[in-house]
Amino acid sequence: MGRYTLQRLLAMIPVLLVVAVVTFSLIHLTPGDPVALMAGDEATPEQKEAIRKDMGLDKPIYQQLIIYFADILRGDLGESIFSKFKVTELIKQRLEPTLFIALFSQIVSIIIAIPLGILAAWKANTWVDRVVMIIAVLGLAIPSFWLGANLIWLFAVKLPWFPAFGYVPISEGILPWIKSITLPSISVGFISAALIARMTRASMLEVLREDYVRTARAKGLGEQAVLLGHAFKNASIPVVTIIGIGIAGLVSGLVVTEAVFGIPGVGRLIVDAVNRRDYPVIQGVILMVTVAYVLINLIVDLIYGYLDPRIRY
Amino acid sequence: MAIDERSIDTAAIGRRSFWERNRERLNAFQLTLRHNPNMAIGLFILLIAVLMAIFAPVIATDPPKELFTEPRLQAPSMDAYFGTDSVGRDVYSRTIYGSRLSLAIGASVTVLTIISGVVIGIVSGYYKLADNIVMRFMDGLMAFPSFLLAIALVALLGASFQNVVIALSVVETPRVVRIVRGSVLSLRERQYVEGALAVGARPLRILFTHIFPNLVAPLTVQATFVFALAILVEAGLSFLGAGVPPDIPSWGNMMGDANLLKQLAPWMIFFPGLFLSLTVLGANLLGDGLRDTLDPRLRGTG
Repeated sequence: MGRYTLQRLLAMIPVLLVVAVVTFSLIHLTPGDPVALMAGDEATPEQKEAIRKDMGLDKPIYQQLIIYFADILRGDLGESIFSKFKVTELIKQRLEPTLFIALFSQIVSIIIAIPLGILAAWKANTWVDRVVMIIAVLGLAIPSFWLGANLIWLFAVKLPWFPAFGYVPISEGILPWIKSITLPSISVGFISAALIARMTRASMLEVLREDYVRTARAKGLGEQAVLLGHAFKNASIPVVTIIGIGIAGLVSGLVVTEAVFGIPGVGRLIVDAVNRRDYPVIQGVILMVTVAYVLINLIVDLIYGYLDPRIRY
Repeated sequence: MAIDERSIDTAAIGRRSFWERNRERLNAFQLTLRHNPNMAIGLFILLIAVLMAIFAPVIATDPPKELFTEPRLQAPSMDAYFGTDSVGRDVYSRTIYGSRLSLAIGASVTVLTIISGVVIGIVSGYYKLADNIVMRFMDGLMAFPSFLLAIALVALLGASFQNVVIALSVVETPRVVRIVRGSVLSLRERQYVEGALAVGARPLRILFTHIFPNLVAPLTVQATFVFALAILVEAGLSFLGAGVPPDIPSWGNMMGDANLLKQLAPWMIFFPGLFLSLTVLGANLLGDGLRDTLDPRLRGTG
């Protein structure tokens, strides 16, 4: 296991290198002068020069790249050109709602989707299966911001059960907190739930055809023991992978859903930065989120290796 | 006389076999659709969407950009089927016209992605030297959550139709490259390719006669998913105001305009989103169906 972990860690290095180079080049992709865009129309040449110097954009590009890498390695992602706050500080301030919604949505969708997927495979080609699959297909087609808007109309306007707007920090009470993240979590989690349910069903269908499942049934084991003890244990591996893959969808869901629910999270941070062309913030947030995403997928890979010793080559 | 008879016979056989072949194809297609009602539904939805885009001026009741055709923020009624927005534009007409943009984005991104994916994938699969560099770069691009990379690219390139297409294609291409490269790598080890090489076939000939035909099935499937994802991501970008410019009626733009008014005028966001979801659903159903038909090994996965 140790060697496998090391291999996976080493394989991450080139990926992260390319990621950093791409985020570095983002600012240089802008047609025209990025400094002019950041400074706005009314900036004087001196102000522009100050920004250029501040961001090190007056140096040759290879020096900029070296400085960029050195800064990242020291955990310095630069500072916002508007608020002058450090990008890491901005992310820290916005992290709580985003992290909780992400976690909550994933836990709920796993709890709901895996049993549904198992049920659909067990009752394959019956109406139960069909209903589950229709919901799953819809989950992949409905954008989370649209789902969120409809949920607000139903459960905040027509039935005033949940707040339509904003985030209540966990420090202000558990119940208001849960209420404020319920609708956003459902909006974000629906697509993950759909992916997980589809994968669970497909993977279970494959496993249920195996000889050892027939043997388990033949020796008189109850359906529950067959399904959960024998079948799902083996069917769970692709499900773990799809949960990792679903994180990418989760990120996009969070960005748009925070806009719908007016939640001051990391997603809002990046949208605001994009609208203001706050390059250091755009670069910093994208780098951080991508590194987090790569790490999550590394953990998924390691769990995968733990569940299935065959792939620890 | 005998010779004539024979020649007539062969001609007739030739004609018959031509007809038979096409009828067989048509029958196979009908059979596929009958066995796979989901795929039929998907194809039907997409067909409706295309017709809607083409005949938008006929179906819509008002020009999409005309202000104050009706009172502002009017609920759906017989005057304005889907209500009106905050500047009195007819939501129904704009939704109909919005299909043009979504389909145009979906089609452009699909074409661009498949072409660049095939070119890069073939180069990468064929030349070992390029392979390492190209694939490391593709792995790096794929490490980004695609929506984030797309939003950053559009923000930096500037919000326009063309830049949205470019950004989405950059994000989608690595997946196509992976598929193409994988196929090329496994195909070049096949004996019939070795055989063709042995008798002196040129690389281009091998490409067209042996490699491309084997790529058609997986790429067709992938194309439908690229199409669906492009439409979905464009809507998300435009919703955030980081997509196509606001003067183009697009489902994403309309929903973005409606975001602040969603409690007051829910129809502004409901109808464009419904049409968007249905279109994506159609493409996904078609893709699932094509995958089941073209590549039975993958049936039911994903």
